[in-house]
Order: sequence, then structure tokens, then C-alpha cells
Amino acid sequence: MAYTAQDFKSNQEVRWCPGCGDHAVLASIHRALPEVCEALGYTKERIVFVSGIGCSSRLPYYMNTFGFHGIHGRATAISTGMKVANPNLSIWQATGDGDALAIGGNHFIHAIRRNIDINIILFNNQIYGLTKGQYSPTSKLGMITKTSPYGTVENPFNPGALALGAGATFFARSLDAEVKLSQDILVAAAKHDGTSVVEMLVNCVIFNDGAHAAISDRANRADRTIILHHGEPMIFGKNNDKGLVFRNRKLEVVTIGQNGITVDDLLVHDAHCKEVGIHNLLVNMKHPDYPVALGVIRNVKENTYDDNVRDQLKEVEAKSTIKCMDDLLHSGATWIVE
Amino acid sequence: MQHKVIDMQNVVIRFAGDSGDGMQLTGTLFADASALYGNEISTFPDYPSEIRAPQGTVSGVSGFQVHIGSGEVNTPGDFCDVLVAMNPAALKANAKWTKPTATIIIDMDAFDEAGIKRAGYATLDPFAELKIEDRNIIASPITTLTQESLKESGLDNRSILRSKNMFTLGMCFFLFNRSLDHTYEYLEKKFKKKPQLIDANKKVLFDGFNYASNIHAIPNTYMVQPAPQEKGVYRNINGNQATAWGLMAAAEKSGIPLFCGSYPITPATGILEELAIHKNLGVKTMQAEDEIAGICTAIGAAYAGNFAVTTTSGPGVSLKSEAMGLAMITELPLVIVDVQRGGPSTGIPTKTEQTDLAQALYGRNGECPIAVMAAHSPSHCFDAAFYAGKYAMEHMMPVILLTEGFLGNGSEPWKIPSMKDYPEIHPPVIDSCEGPYKPYHRDSETFVRKWALPGKAGLEHRVGGLEKNPDGVISSDPINHEKMCAARAEKVARMTNFIPEQEVIGADRADVLVVGWGGTFGHLYTAVQQMQSEGKSVALAHFDYINPLPKNTAEVFARYKKILVCELNSGQFVDYLRAKLPDFKYLQYNKVQGQPFIVKEIVDAVNNIL
Repeated sequence: MAYTAQDFKSNQEVRWCPGCGDHAVLASIHRALPEVCEALGYTKERIVFVSGIGCSSRLPYYMNTFGFHGIHGRATAISTGMKVANPNLSIWQATGDGDALAIGGNHFIHAIRRNIDINIILFNNQIYGLTKGQYSPTSKLGMITKTSPYGTVENPFNPGALALGAGATFFARSLDAEVKLSQDILVAAAKHDGTSVVEMLVNCVIFNDGAHAAISDRANRADRTIILHHGEPMIFGKNNDKGLVFRNRKLEVVTIGQNGITVDDLLVHDAHCKEVGIHNLLVNMKHPDYPVALGVIRNVKENTYDDNVRDQLKEVEAKSTIKCMDDLLHSGATWIVE
Repeated sequence: MQHKVIDMQNVVIRFAGDSGDGMQLTGTLFADASALYGNEISTFPDYPSEIRAPQGTVSGVSGFQVHIGSGEVNTPGDFCDVLVAMNPAALKANAKWTKPTATIIIDMDAFDEAGIKRAGYATLDPFAELKIEDRNIIASPITTLTQESLKESGLDNRSILRSKNMFTLGMCFFLFNRSLDHTYEYLEKKFKKKPQLIDANKKVLFDGFNYASNIHAIPNTYMVQPAPQEKGVYRNINGNQATAWGLMAAAEKSGIPLFCGSYPITPATGILEELAIHKNLGVKTMQAEDEIAGICTAIGAAYAGNFAVTTTSGPGVSLKSEAMGLAMITELPLVIVDVQRGGPSTGIPTKTEQTDLAQALYGRNGECPIAVMAAHSPSHCFDAAFYAGKYAMEHMMPVILLTEGFLGNGSEPWKIPSMKDYPEIHPPVIDSCEGPYKPYHRDSETFVRKWALPGKAGLEHRVGGLEKNPDGVISSDPINHEKMCAARAEKVARMTNFIPEQEVIGADRADVLVVGWGGTFGHLYTAVQQMQSEGKSVALAHFDYINPLPKNTAEVFARYKKILVCELNSGQFVDYLRAKLPDFKYLQYNKVQGQPFIVKEIVDAVNNIL
């Protein structure tokens, strides 16, 4: 049965603020899921949306699928338990920069380390929205918020670098406004076996308006971002004339046609490369020195935790002579009283 | 000297040494050999939290007490008949637990000037200083004899010294006329891949046995005849193992796979370790990244349709409390096992206490009553865990099972039950429903909701920590909230219709009713039995179910002139009873020393009010 986006929309009223970037991400999810089901042969009831606490964590209520709205920071642990309990489920997690990287930081890195097969959609608006405007672990240094009236004095996390540091097998990034790109990324995330981390750069119109404006404004977006495609040269820019090369152990922005540079000199994106070096450089690219990398940056195949759990259960079960509790109760040292 | 074999009903033997001396193993092997021989046994490990505390100091002393009997044995014993002290510190820490008639075996080699000073004695005569010169002291050069025994073994000196405990065990086996066979078998299994160690350990054990039979310092040996036990097949079991098996039994009876998400913590880790072994029976264990992840993975697993448990001790329960509220409001089955230890905070992790009761009953935000049960002996942990699982699954709610370090690490012989004697477990799983599934529609009798598992078409729904209306839609309507809180509480309260009535050991009416709960059962029972045999008007009501209380609790209390509530905390159960059943006057006896009761103090406490 072919699904449409409509099949995944719940009858609940969406309560995010008008203009919030989360609306666009929700739209991309609604559009991606029919494609995911088609590609992987899933039926709708296999899909579960899990979340923690925060604006984005309301998302499960807006999905006409199974859903679990957890507690602050713990969505990753809840998702992990679900997947181990029933590996047939397709688990999607909606989480924010506070939920995943502050209070839930521990679960986030350990899920990635285990490579449990879940899809984490990380809504990064660099602010605490639901508590009305405090700085988050991704807020820029010096940002003025209600809890940093003189500017923050702490460095932000780069979620991509954190994920890669924890051993991520899949990391992608998109912008709220890039609905089609987000949709494609979500399909790729679903196809990936293992923990998929998708960072969505979203705007908070109320407490951090223009959080990503420097790169997301239509006028400059093409020059300030680069959409990576596996197997294709790293080209970007309004006129498709800029690119990335690797020189002196660094990435460098070049212009095609200048200093004898041709398309053939550009780096070709290899998302499947196990060596993490270039992926690290890509996730760390910042405006204004570099274009911000969007698309699937890393997508490598490793064993997943849930598969390993299943295989070990089978292996141990096959070897054992103990098949039920009565067998176990009578195993080992016992004695008879007559 | 004439060698006599003395028949004894009960003997308590305590092994004490440095925490690296292998006293826990020595004690366990002695207990196992005695259980196999047919004695009733009860054991009590008493060890420091440091893995290797400073050698030779009192803080590093590790002890293991075994009570063996030819009659009923319900406690590990108060005072010991035999103390094995591997060094002066072990003697110092344990002398107060010896009976005036006790035999004390020491390793003379450790009682040199340096050793005595390290243990903090004021003089060089530990026995006089401790006023125990009149005990039957067997001073043997155990270190030297072990070295002598193994000098041709090819083992290095360090390994040789590690075998001292086997020499001592051999001596004890002689003292109690025990066969070496069981320990031989153990060694053969344990060192299967290192035959050299099998031979060495067997030799030193045998030499210890012979040494004890050759020296004339041991005038008597003791015979504790097998206890008259019910016919059947027996095994030895400790509380943590029994808890793990009880949970597995509930999984088998319900047909629902077991998932355990836990984080290692003393003294509960044994349950996770035990469950991790049994992948052969489909048990999934996850060593989570922290306590919160332990319970949250379990909640996720419960939503996805597994029988979910998380096992921990007091500090872990504190960390899990927010998630316990989540399990409660989402109405998912979950067993939370708390193997209690001395608190608050890190407290005294390896010592036993009953100080988490208030936390179990009240330790969450909001109106969040949770069912609370308790296990009363090491083997009873099996039944307690089984029923915790049954109630959690059938009533769709979290259940807290309180055990204690004393139970978790303590062991006793257990008549192996047959799974056919346990009830079926029927969780309210549904395959379909008419119209959209509404998560908080409940059974009108039990107030239990249905369990709709992801993967089943047509049952799509959302649950979560936000308050909902019965249809599952988010609601902050004031009246709805009050109704939902009341409904969730009522569901827990109605569990009382499914649990057994409270039983009393002793007469229907008496002057004093001793009331207890959890791991103090053995001590309270022994004290009450002793007083009953002396003709005192005393009975015992020991509670396995705390929230809800058995239906007949008030009716039981009304039959006794005085009620004395005894517990290893400063009065948490008695406070709860005062709140729940305020019509009675409660007296209390409490102890917060990280140690179990001793029978005599209970007897004295009851005598004081008789």
C-alpha cells in the first residue's frame, strides 16, 4: 500500500508558534515517511516517534503513528530500550539542543557509541524555547539571553563534531527551510542501519530569531552553505563556481577558473569513508570562513547494537541445554532430601 | 587428650580476614558443603566497600558468617561458636561477636609485632586486651604451613599465599566433620584450564584437614546432623540470584520476553550479572550508561511490549524517581528492584538497611503512588520477584520490590519449586480494537488499561509524561487532572483485592504483636518463636505487601493488645501505618547500624513491653 504524507498527519492541532522552523521539519517528516515505507517495505504501525522535553519534543503528537513523549533528556534511552525490545520497529526521535546535548548528553553519546538503529532528529535552534529564552549548549559564545544578560562565557557544542567524536556512523545536516533536502536526508537516515543523527538548523522566531540567518537567508544561502552528495565534487555557490579542496591538512575554499582550478581539483565527497578525518573537517566548517556543510556528511556501515544483541541471544540459546525455568532450577549443584 | 565428637544443633562460624584473603569464598564453600550435607544454613557476608582496603587494618576486614543447624535456621546467627581470624585486625573487628565458649582459629604468623600494631592494638597481647583469653584459641602458623605444603607446587609465592584460605577451610572441614568432595569438585570446575591450580588447592585443603586432625590443640570436633527437611530437590540460593530467577519465571509464565536495563551498583549488581548469564532463555540485559538510562531503556522496552525491569539500590532509586513517575503516568508495567543498603547518599554501601521504604512510597513529584512489595528471605526473593512481575504486567503499572543487601548476598537452601505450581500471568495485551485505541480507558473493576503494542495496525496512539484525558489527548483541564490522579491511585489501591491476606505466626490473640517487613523476618521469627516456646504471649505479623496493605490488616491489628513495629530504620513503616491506620497505637523498635537485628535485642524489646 502506498502511503501519502496525509497518512502520517495526526488530527492534533500543531501548537508551535507561527513561523517556527519546526513546522517545516514536520512537513519534511510527513513527506519523507511514505518514501521510507516504500523503500524499506515498512507498514505505518512499525513506526514510533519518541521525544524528550522541549518545543520540538511535542512532535509525536503531530504524527499519526505510535508515539512516546518522554521526560527531559531521556528520549534516547527510551528509544534504545524500544529498539532492543522490538527490533522490527522503526524508531524516530525528536529532540532539541537542550534535550539531546545538555540534560540528555550522556544518553546521546552512548546511543551513538553503541550504534543502536534509531533515527535522531536534532532540532537545533541554539536556545531554550519552551522555558522562554535561556542559552543552550549550542548558543554562540557571548550570546545574550535571559540567563546570560551579559553574554554567555561558555563555548557551544558543535553537534556534528560531538556525534563524530562519539563514533557516529551517520550524520547529516539540513536547514528548516530546505524541506526537500530534509526529506531526502530523512530517507537516507532511515535506510542507514545504526544511529542516524540528523541536525536540523531551525529558527526560533520568538527567542532566537535569525539564529541561522547568516547562512539561511535566501540571498546568501547558496554562497554560505554547501550541499554534499556522496560521490560528487564539493561544489557550491550561486553560480556553482566555488568548491572545496584539501591542502596543507586543511580544507580550503577555491573558485573554479581561478589559479587554474578545475572541477577535477575539487574534493569528491565520500560519505562512506570510515576514516573520519575529512568528515570532521566538514562538520566543523563555519561561516564566514567556510560554507556550512549540509546533506549527508557521514554514512558508514558498522554492526548495530540491536543486531549484536539479537545474534548473541541466538548464539547462546543454540548452545545451551537449559530450555526453560524448570531446567534452570534443577541445573548446577542440587541435592535430594528423601 | 581424648578426641570427642560433639553433637550440636546449631553452630555459627565466622570467617574473617583481609578483604583480599578470600574469606567470602571460604565461607561460601563451607556453607555449600554444609547445605549439601543436609544442614539448614543461612549466611551473612559482612565486607568493606573497598575492594582492597589497607592490608592488616580494621577497616579492611572482610567477614562471612555461616549458621548451620540440624533444626530450623532462620538467621545467620548472632554470636559465633567458631571464629577464624586471619590477622590481628580480623580478630579485633570480630572478637565482640564470639560466644564465651567460642573456638578462635588464628594465623599465628600474622600476629607479629608489626601486624598487631597495624591493627591498632595498644599492647602486644591482643587476647588480653580484647578480654578473650578464656576462649579456646587455636594458634596455628597457617602462612608457614601453606608455604610448606606448596613448596614443590611450582607456584609463585604470591599464589601460594593466596591459598591460605584453603588451608583454613581444610581445618574447618575437619572441625565439623565435613567431606572435602564438594570443594574438590568446585576447584576442578573453577580451574579447569589451569590443572596446576587444581592440584595445588586440593593439596593445601587436604593438608589443612590433616593438620587439624594431627594437632592436639583441637580437643573436640563438632557434628551438626542433617536437618529434618521436607522431601524434595534442594539447591542453595542467594537473594540476588533468586530475584533474577523470579523475574525470569514471570517472563516465562507471561510469555513476554524479559528486558533488564540497569547500572552496576552495590549490592544490587548481582541481579544484573545473573540475568546477563541467561541469554539462553531469551533474557535481554542492557548495562546502561547510568541509572536513569537503566530505567528509561526499561520504559521504552515496556512500551514496545517486553516485561521490563530495572535493578538498583537506594542512590539509584533516587536517580530514577522522575522516570518512575513517567512509568506511573504512562501506566506501563515495570518492576523496580531496590536492594537496600545503608544511606543516605553513598552511606555504607556494603551494609544492610531498610531505609528506602519512605523513598519507595513517596519519593516522586506529583501524586504518584506506586505499589511496594518486600522480600523476606534470600529464597523468598524468587516468589517476591515473580509476583512483582505478575502484578506489574497484569495491572499495567510500576511495582517496586524492596530487598536488602542482607538478602541479596545472603544464601540459604531452597526446595526447588516446580513452575507448574505458579499461576499464569495474563497481561492485558490487545490485538485490535473498535475505533481508535484510547489508551486510558480502563477496566471498571481493576482500573487497568489495555496494553497496545507498536507494530499492531490500528492501535496507533501516543502516551507520555504530560497529563492526558482518558482518550489520550493532552489535557490541563483541572477536573480531568484530579480524576486521572484519582484513577491512577485507585488502580494501585485495588491491587489489595489480588494479594493474599496478612497472616499471623502465633495465636489469634496475644499481648504483643511483633510487626516487621522485609529481610528482618528470620530474626523476628526466631525471637518470637523462642518467646512462644517460653510461654510468652507474642505473635508475629510480617508484611510482604506494603502498598497496598493486605485487606485484613486493621482486623489483624485489632486482635492484639500491643503492637511493636521492628525495622532497620528510624521508623518508616511505623510512620506509614500511623498514617494509614491511625486507630491503633504503635510501639517501635529501630536500629540504624547497617547491621541486621540480633535475636536477643528483639526478645529484650518485647520483654520490655510485656
